[in-house]
Amino acid sequence: MKQHDHHVAADAAEAVALVADNPGARFLAGGTNLVDHLKLGVARPDLLVDVRRLPLDAVEEYVGPGGRGLRVGANVRNSDLAAHPLVRSRHPAVARALLAGASGQIRHQATTGGNLLQRTRCVYFQDVTTPCNKREPGSGCSAIEGYGRYNAILGASEACVATHPSDLAVALTALDAAVVVLGPDGERRVPMTELHRLPGHHPEQDTTLRHGELITAVELVDSPVSRTSTYAKVRDRASYAFALVSVAAGLDLDPDSGTVRDVRIAWGGVAHRPWRATRAEEALRGEVLTEDGARQAADAELAAAETGPENAYKVAMVRNATAMVLTGLAEGAGR
Amino acid sequence: MDSPSTRRISLTVDGQPRTADVDTRTTLLDALRERLGVTSPKKGCDHGQCGSCTVLLDGRRHLTCLALAVSYDGSEVVTAAGLGALDDASEELHPVQQSFLDHDGYQCGYCTPGQVCSAVGMLDEAKAGHPSHVTEDLEAEPDLDDDEIRERMSGNLCRCGAYVGILAAVREAAGRNA
Repeated sequence: MKQHDHHVAADAAEAVALVADNPGARFLAGGTNLVDHLKLGVARPDLLVDVRRLPLDAVEEYVGPGGRGLRVGANVRNSDLAAHPLVRSRHPAVARALLAGASGQIRHQATTGGNLLQRTRCVYFQDVTTPCNKREPGSGCSAIEGYGRYNAILGASEACVATHPSDLAVALTALDAAVVVLGPDGERRVPMTELHRLPGHHPEQDTTLRHGELITAVELVDSPVSRTSTYAKVRDRASYAFALVSVAAGLDLDPDSGTVRDVRIAWGGVAHRPWRATRAEEALRGEVLTEDGARQAADAELAAAETGPENAYKVAMVRNATAMVLTGLAEGAGR
Repeated sequence: MDSPSTRRISLTVDGQPRTADVDTRTTLLDALRERLGVTSPKKGCDHGQCGSCTVLLDGRRHLTCLALAVSYDGSEVVTAAGLGALDDASEELHPVQQSFLDHDGYQCGYCTPGQVCSAVGMLDEAKAGHPSHVTEDLEAEPDLDDDEIRERMSGNLCRCGAYVGILAAVREAAGRNA
């Protein structure tokens, strides 16, 4: 591990100033991903600015631009957010996504902000002996010709086929959450749908945040779709594994006609960012929800999918998972 | 003492105040084992995948391999070796430890300190009403059936495969008949 300095930030503004002024500086929060990257040589910072103890740890009811909701401090631990009564009752997809991630120990350590900024688990990204454009821009992509089972099927580029690993980010993307970001020039709000990027020619940039910008909070909006929402994760084993594919969805049905008043769908494990399935949503709005209709809606979104022999399974898997989740929500099963 | 890459940290470990000068790169696990001689938490994978380094950190189960020691200055660490003192000051085993003994919840024993700490932390979470991935009703009190125990303990791997005994031990510790 390369030598680095460590500074415990006194407040968020000091942390932002220290990182913004130093290209070799990184924020450290829960550390469940970054400390591993220090060991693997994937991250080689000169300075870690420790924000773990900053008092960004409240879950509060608030009224924001999107309406009534919850404001979640960036340092709220994944376990505490999943167990929060208002998250469980009003944003079940968020609680379910968190509970589907990592282990009990890691959820106590991992933070809300850090969860969103964790990096891909693409095996080549984490292996410094192999070329990877995300880790070493211009070095090439080992995954395109290599082991391809986890590769993206939507929005990938010739430079990168990695997928985003966060479960929480998928739920927040479906439910139109936003992150509050503090930078050297002040605070701004970034919709979750605009936080993560597609790889294009710059897969080294996971997000649209600038160096030195710090996520200080996540804002959840209460809505009929958030109250009837859930998260399903398909993985190689029953627990403690990253998603092959995942689906976060919220559904608001007209109780009389059974037609879809509103629906939100986002997918994990399929792209470089949480994939908001807007075409599928459009296909379902105003229609009576059926299993076949849900599959066809998913196919409308998946028309753009590009697959190879090793990851073609993801198309059928995410189509079926989407139909399962939506029909489950329609039946009021809750999961 | 504060050179750019060295810090003095203070911890309470199993009830004892301890101090060490550590490199900024030192994990909490290495600080405990190599600097303070506290060998109860074990180094298994060292990448947050096995759970053998689990302790109770400020009262909650926590990995020590993915934690930099300098981030945890002032924290309270309880390892499996210090658990017996949680309930009283006697030398007696913690009920979860006794349960692991009674049900053969181990073979080689390497993962056991982490398993035991994880089980103690997990039972507290369940008592506080925390749901898990397999909880049907997110808003109901969790019922620690076998599926719940397996899910909640999934962050602790046992290379010997003593899961049947571990499950029985945790089931009994959770107040169910084994």
